[in-house]
Amino acid sequence: MIKSQYLKVLLVVVALAAIVLIVPRSGSFVMLLATRALAFAILAMSLDILLGFTGLASLGQAAYFGVGAYLTAVLATKFGFGMGWDFWLVVPLGILIGCALAAIFGLFAIRATGVYFLMITLALGQCVWGLAYRWNSMTGGDNGINMSGRPNFGIDLANEVNWFYLVFAFFAVTLLLLYLLVKSPFGLTLQGIRERELRMQILGYNVWLHKYIAFIIAGGFGGLAGVLWTHTNGHVSPETVVITTSVDALLMVVLGGAGTLVGGAIGAAIVFGLREYLSTLVPWWQYVLGAVYVLTILYLPSGLMGIPERLRQSRRAQRKETGEGKKLTAAAS
Amino acid sequence: MNAQFWLIQAFNGISYGALLFLVGAGLSLIFGVMRIVNLAHGAYFLLGGYVALSVISVTGSWALSLPVAALAIAVVGILMERLFLRSTGMELYRNATIALGLGVLVALGVAKASPALGGAIAFTGVTLVSAVVIFFLLRQISTVAIETDVLRQVLLTVGFAYLFQQGALDIWGGNNMDINPPSALTQSIVVGGLYLPLYRVFMIAMATVIGIVLWLAMEKTRMGAMVRATVDDAQMARGVGIDTNKISMFIFALGAFLAALGGVIGGAFLGIYPGLDFEMLPLAFAVVIIGGMGSLGGAAIGALAVGLADNFGKALFPEISYFSLYAPMVLILAIKPTGLFGRE
Repeated sequence: MIKSQYLKVLLVVVALAAIVLIVPRSGSFVMLLATRALAFAILAMSLDILLGFTGLASLGQAAYFGVGAYLTAVLATKFGFGMGWDFWLVVPLGILIGCALAAIFGLFAIRATGVYFLMITLALGQCVWGLAYRWNSMTGGDNGINMSGRPNFGIDLANEVNWFYLVFAFFAVTLLLLYLLVKSPFGLTLQGIRERELRMQILGYNVWLHKYIAFIIAGGFGGLAGVLWTHTNGHVSPETVVITTSVDALLMVVLGGAGTLVGGAIGAAIVFGLREYLSTLVPWWQYVLGAVYVLTILYLPSGLMGIPERLRQSRRAQRKETGEGKKLTAAAS
Repeated sequence: MNAQFWLIQAFNGISYGALLFLVGAGLSLIFGVMRIVNLAHGAYFLLGGYVALSVISVTGSWALSLPVAALAIAVVGILMERLFLRSTGMELYRNATIALGLGVLVALGVAKASPALGGAIAFTGVTLVSAVVIFFLLRQISTVAIETDVLRQVLLTVGFAYLFQQGALDIWGGNNMDINPPSALTQSIVVGGLYLPLYRVFMIAMATVIGIVLWLAMEKTRMGAMVRATVDDAQMARGVGIDTNKISMFIFALGAFLAALGGVIGGAFLGIYPGLDFEMLPLAFAVVIIGGMGSLGGAAIGALAVGLADNFGKALFPEISYFSLYAPMVLILAIKPTGLFGRE
């Protein structure tokens, strides 16, 4: 058990090393694609804390992503803040605003369960979308806000390679922090809540508070993803907070495998690959995206990360069957 | 801001509410009966509008386009519900449908990679061969039981919303199109010094008639009683011998029918364009949540509330108009998750 755990960590580290070595050498298109996928993967992983580890399916994770993104854009364009060294202040501010929003939204949402949790998070996400779409004087309305370049503090982040390394670093640190979180006693309690909420309550855990804190943590990382997203695209618009962004993040987690953290990142890579690479090749790429949705839902109960385990199980079941078959024939003869 | 402003805005709000009622009532019934959050409901609205456009361009008859579009989308709804939203009974047809769809995708990909194979015969051949292979592969994999998994149901309907979106784009193109109602309906009438577009009056009348028919069907017929029983407690309804399976198929078809009807009627003043599906969807959910899930009367009141709030919000405080629409939705959900008129 422990050994396979080390093996998994080692695999992830090797994969990360491969990304950081290969991507900067494979042209600006792939690099931009990878940067966007990495920024979005932070959002997907933050959602996995809720969906995969706490059992809360949120349909409004784009809200935190959106406030982080808009905060960055508004600070930069209206106050000229965050384009130099002060970028390192915008990052914690983005995380804080994500946490703060989640702290408010959580008060409404956490009490709800199942389909009502889905609906209330959808409504909360729509509140943020409504403001982004309509609050023209602040958000630029439908047109959104255009950024004037990326921060420069000695290291010029307008350089695509530098920016890729920075986003990658944030991604890796997020992965590490979330990994430590889910392995901590707090994370184990969350998983207990996911499995059997009532039992955790009876054992004396404050279920509401645990869910609430998980919600806030997820919001904070959502805000971080938003900050990186704005600088990656140089643009932010209501598209960032639209309901399909939340839904796509959910699909990424389910596709990669909920409760695995890296699953969300894998899902993000696949969906972004489809959306941005395939769409340059064929006009009908969205059929493929729709097919990925349908196939994931119908045929991948534990996502891509769950496939090895499923194969192992079916092989074991087969072996058992043939073993029993042999016994039967032996008994018959 | 005089009395006239208020009256006109109220009239516009009510007529918009009439449209929202058509979309929201179906969504509400679907949720009530099946507990499914159908994110493809906006797509039914959009597809209804598009089918109507085709019917009008072929036959020239707007009146004919209403039932044809609504029935066509009802069939789409039935297929989606039968084949995909229940995990037992139709595995064979579901696998066949998926295999055929993937076969077409493979053929499209092959045709893209080598244009020599883009001819009709080669295309069909590649489609069929790959469909058969995929069909037998799919039979090796067991499907996930999605009936108990709310999240998977939601994501499945989103997948279909994307497929419908792309399909509509391929068939009808990306331009904003208008459905032109007959000229008799495009005039204005004058009531007490107010010029009211006749078309909006027609919308209100139409929604009222449909609302009354639905209400009578739900309250006075045996079928309606069975639907209400299923909304209240599906398990118990099954226990006393109600075929809830058939009920949910019927309700899904009805929901798609109403949404498509809304698309045809609303297409005249909203236009029909890509992206309209995901614009209508959250509004329909606002209707359902405010009114209460599974309740027709609630849907009517929710639709009126959303229609009025949307109109007055945009006119009085445009910057927070959507916020002022969705924030009450949050409060209602937080205080009474089943909506204002939902059954406990």
